[in-house]
Amino acid sequence: MYFRRSAKIGTLCLLHESLTVNEKIFDWAFAWSLLPKLLDALIITVSATILGMALAMALGLFWAVLRKSKQPVLHWTATTIVEFFRSTPLLVQVYFLFYVLPDAGLRLTPFQTGILALGIHYSAYLAEVYRAGIESVPKGQWEAARALNLSRSHTFKAIILPQALPPIIPALGNYLIAMFKDTPMLSAITVMELLQTAKIIGAETFRYTEPLTLVGILFLILSLISAKMIRFTEQRYGY
Amino acid sequence: MTEILSWLPILLSGLKTTLSLTVGAALIACPVALIFGLARLSSHPSLYFPSACYIEIFRGTSALVQLFWFYYVLPHFGWRLDAFSAGVLVLGLNIGAYGAEVVRGAVQAVPREQYEAAQALNFSRRQTMTRIILPQAFVVMLPPAGNLMIELLKSTALVSMITLSELTFKGQMLRASTLKSTEIFAITLLIYFLLSLCISGAVRKLERYVSYTKV
Repeated sequence: MYFRRSAKIGTLCLLHESLTVNEKIFDWAFAWSLLPKLLDALIITVSATILGMALAMALGLFWAVLRKSKQPVLHWTATTIVEFFRSTPLLVQVYFLFYVLPDAGLRLTPFQTGILALGIHYSAYLAEVYRAGIESVPKGQWEAARALNLSRSHTFKAIILPQALPPIIPALGNYLIAMFKDTPMLSAITVMELLQTAKIIGAETFRYTEPLTLVGILFLILSLISAKMIRFTEQRYGY
Repeated sequence: MTEILSWLPILLSGLKTTLSLTVGAALIACPVALIFGLARLSSHPSLYFPSACYIEIFRGTSALVQLFWFYYVLPHFGWRLDAFSAGVLVLGLNIGAYGAEVVRGAVQAVPREQYEAAQALNFSRRQTMTRIILPQAFVVMLPPAGNLMIELLKSTALVSMITLSELTFKGQMLRASTLKSTEIFAITLLIYFLLSLCISGAVRKLERYVSYTKV
């Protein structure tokens, strides 16, 4: 009798313990209290993405035009650079810029370094996108521009690019999302973006579950929304 | 120069870990991509929904966040992984999700007439898939799959952030001890670049082989 009762109490205790542990596995109130901090960090993440994308778009166009050049030296330099940036890890490029630029006398904040790394890395991808866009413009357009005695650079600016850009907008959008998902790498150089903030919260409170899960959810929501928007632009501008 | 040579053994030992991460993750990614890519195409909701959820979750969140989640959060749920297994599992599942979309696109690219012809010849559904559709889809999925392999190689660098001492981690270690950032990271980048060239070269060879044997 005694044993049975103690066994019962034992299971009750165990049940109680597992319940309290269960409560702690995901603490909603704690998660809710983290939200303002994470949303602040989200602003850093989003602005790094937008600035990085602006840089990548400008630099990517530069590579694409260089690759179109008739000079073999320019063409091959641009091709090699693009290949190199595309096939090495962004994280190592981030480290490279972060540690090497100060040695070269260029002092940038981690945020600026991160934008530079994102911009350079993605410019290589965007160069390919631009190239596809430029090649999709019919040859007749070049010939017509030539017949009208337009210079090569004028043809590019006034005839080719305006036709090449709209079809690549969805592809640009896809790379924007990809870049957004790569911003957590900037936490390696102490940029206070989403992941870094979550890590710091985890280190301060010894709870990693809520901040890291929330960060994942934020990324998921934002990329799903942007993917929807891109599908919309695809219908509008796509091939 | 001699200094650079003295770093090489350290970097190469990291390279070994990088390579085993890549191969291990690829071994997970390939079957996962095939299974979930085909399940996504199924009209049956109990196959379609789980695979759509898996693909959206792994493609929609950042690989690094997934890595941290598997390494720091899963232990709270009673599933402890060491850095290497977490790396292999996350990278495999992450690339597998992208691969599933590649498989889906390739299977959808096979013309409808192929299904109809197979049906007319009284092939079973399974035979149609394994004998008619997949061999044709395989040719289409090869180039994007090769790109994904390079993406996979590049994303192994992320595992250094959960303390696995692969190539990038070794580079960081050497930098901390020698402060020769430029040389060390340049060599590290170069090694990754050469590896990517190897992968793209191998994939191109395979493409040529497959397009010869085709028809």
